[in-house]
Amino acid sequence: MSRSGIASILALIALAFVPFMMGDFFINLSSQVLCYALFAVSLNLLVGYGGMTSLGHAAYFGIAAYGVTWLHTVAGWDQLTSAIGAVAVATLSAAFFGVLALRASGLSFLMITLALGQIVWGMAYRWVGLTQGDNGMRFPVRPEPFGISINSATSFYYFSLIVFAVSVYFIWRVVNSPFGASLRGARDQPRRMRMLGHDVWMIRWAAFVMSGFWAAIAGLLFVYYQKFVSPYAVSLQQSAEVLLMTILGGATTLTGPMVGAVIVTLVKNLASTYVERWNALLGLIFVLSVVFMPTGLVPGFQKLLSRKKKPSAPAEEAPPPAHGHGHAATPASEHAS
Amino acid sequence: MQFWLIQTLNSVAFGGLLFLLSSGFSLIFGLMRMPNLAHGAFFMLGAYFGATFINWGVNFWIAAILSGLVVGVLGIVLERGLLRKLAGNSQGQVLVTLGVSFIIADVCLMVWTGDPVPVPAPQWARPPIFFMGYAFPTYRLVVLAIAVVAAVLLYLLMERTRLGAMIRAGVDDMEMARGVGIRVSMLFMMVFMLGAALAGLGGTIGGPIMQAYPGLDADMLPLALVVVILGGVGSLMGALVGSFAVGFIYNFGTALFPDFAYVILFLPMVAVLVLMPEGLFAGARQ
Repeated sequence: MSRSGIASILALIALAFVPFMMGDFFINLSSQVLCYALFAVSLNLLVGYGGMTSLGHAAYFGIAAYGVTWLHTVAGWDQLTSAIGAVAVATLSAAFFGVLALRASGLSFLMITLALGQIVWGMAYRWVGLTQGDNGMRFPVRPEPFGISINSATSFYYFSLIVFAVSVYFIWRVVNSPFGASLRGARDQPRRMRMLGHDVWMIRWAAFVMSGFWAAIAGLLFVYYQKFVSPYAVSLQQSAEVLLMTILGGATTLTGPMVGAVIVTLVKNLASTYVERWNALLGLIFVLSVVFMPTGLVPGFQKLLSRKKKPSAPAEEAPPPAHGHGHAATPASEHAS
Repeated sequence: MQFWLIQTLNSVAFGGLLFLLSSGFSLIFGLMRMPNLAHGAFFMLGAYFGATFINWGVNFWIAAILSGLVVGVLGIVLERGLLRKLAGNSQGQVLVTLGVSFIIADVCLMVWTGDPVPVPAPQWARPPIFFMGYAFPTYRLVVLAIAVVAAVLLYLLMERTRLGAMIRAGVDDMEMARGVGIRVSMLFMMVFMLGAALAGLGGTIGGPIMQAYPGLDADMLPLALVVVILGGVGSLMGALVGSFAVGFIYNFGTALFPDFAYVILFLPMVAVLVLMPEGLFAGARQ
């Protein structure tokens, strides 16, 4: 087994012990972190590996959250069917939005995803008959997978951990598959990839859809945890937050977005006990991290270590994916058609 | 009949406001190759500044020009202070403008609280004009007139002056513009200031129609994006046509199907993206 595989299993075991060491407050916080970490990793398929920066990723997260709530409470479907239906709707929207957004590349892509995301937000906010507008919708009871209740903080944490681990495993498999390689190829050298007979558009679109699918899974975790969904879940702030997690941690690695999710979620929760101004702080972190850490924490850390010529980079920080050729900050701007 | 007349006038006036907002956005995007995501925040700031100046007893028009100037200066600070440092990293620049827009929005919330702040229209423009037995809201006609004047001035600036020629050269081919000795970095600053100032001016002028409220930025930014997606990047004509198209669609959508205004906005955008992804007036880029 590879070093990163061992590291992942050790990390998982460590995560499994979290509830034994902390009170309910921090267990709940950890569940939130897991949810956002999955969300950020899903976005990273696009941003890091695909070189396509999306500012509308909360759309699929929120559509799944709203979808499962609506299907379960209004349409009266049972938990499992609602969950499947919601993920299907969110993934289909990603498939449709992907077709539109991939008409452009680079910053026009970013602008279109932002506009599409805002339209979903407008629906959540204004289409009161469907979404109850600003009041949001309550999701009354958490599901009971295999008859096991996940109402307590600890049991919900384990539920999140399992969903998170399984999802990240699949994403890791995709990233390290031939498809992952061609996605990185399409990011760095789209022309050469076309020359080699790859359908670059199709590769990007498939990544877009997958990314939407995993964001939808994160959206389910979110609504199960909150038992409530409001237009904030599809807002630009939410999209920006998850993009910040991805970029802050380092978009060219699989662990980077997780580190980013931990930092952003902790700062958000701790800061909100002292100040009301989360948005200003979010903006400030955004500006600072772009100006001072353009490649993110994890790649910066790795570079630091490799410069010191330490024989083994700490395995915990370095599962193998994506070396990114060091210019991951602007991969997409090169080939504005 | 009165309904259709009024709604048409509202649409045109709103289109005019959108033009003030999105012409600057489009020029900045065309020249600097980056969508300025703080543009909605500039607009909101313009509305709040206008309300404050008017409360201090300043004349409405002077207040509008003042808030345009203040927001323009803020644009210079943003361009010189942050964007310039990230030259070449346009994605970083976009994210910085997004971060700045969050900071501006939160500071506005802190200073002007969460309650909407009304911006009073000038005295003489408040009573409606009666014509052929119909009542026309005077102020909307004034807004339309301002937008037309702004469009003509911008057109003259772009087509008839040396600065305009340089901006067009920069939009068309930045490398070549640099090559023939145009100081492109100077242009960046001027265009950014101009765009910010127009947004700030538009904020005050739109104030009597929309009020200044938290979230105004998030309401306006997507509209500017849709205008530019429809009209194409860096094209004044595109911004003009796109603004009035969006003004009509959004206004009639809100009046007739209040739940779906945003979704209806989406339809022309989809059509344009599918049929002409560069926008309707994409002469400028390659």
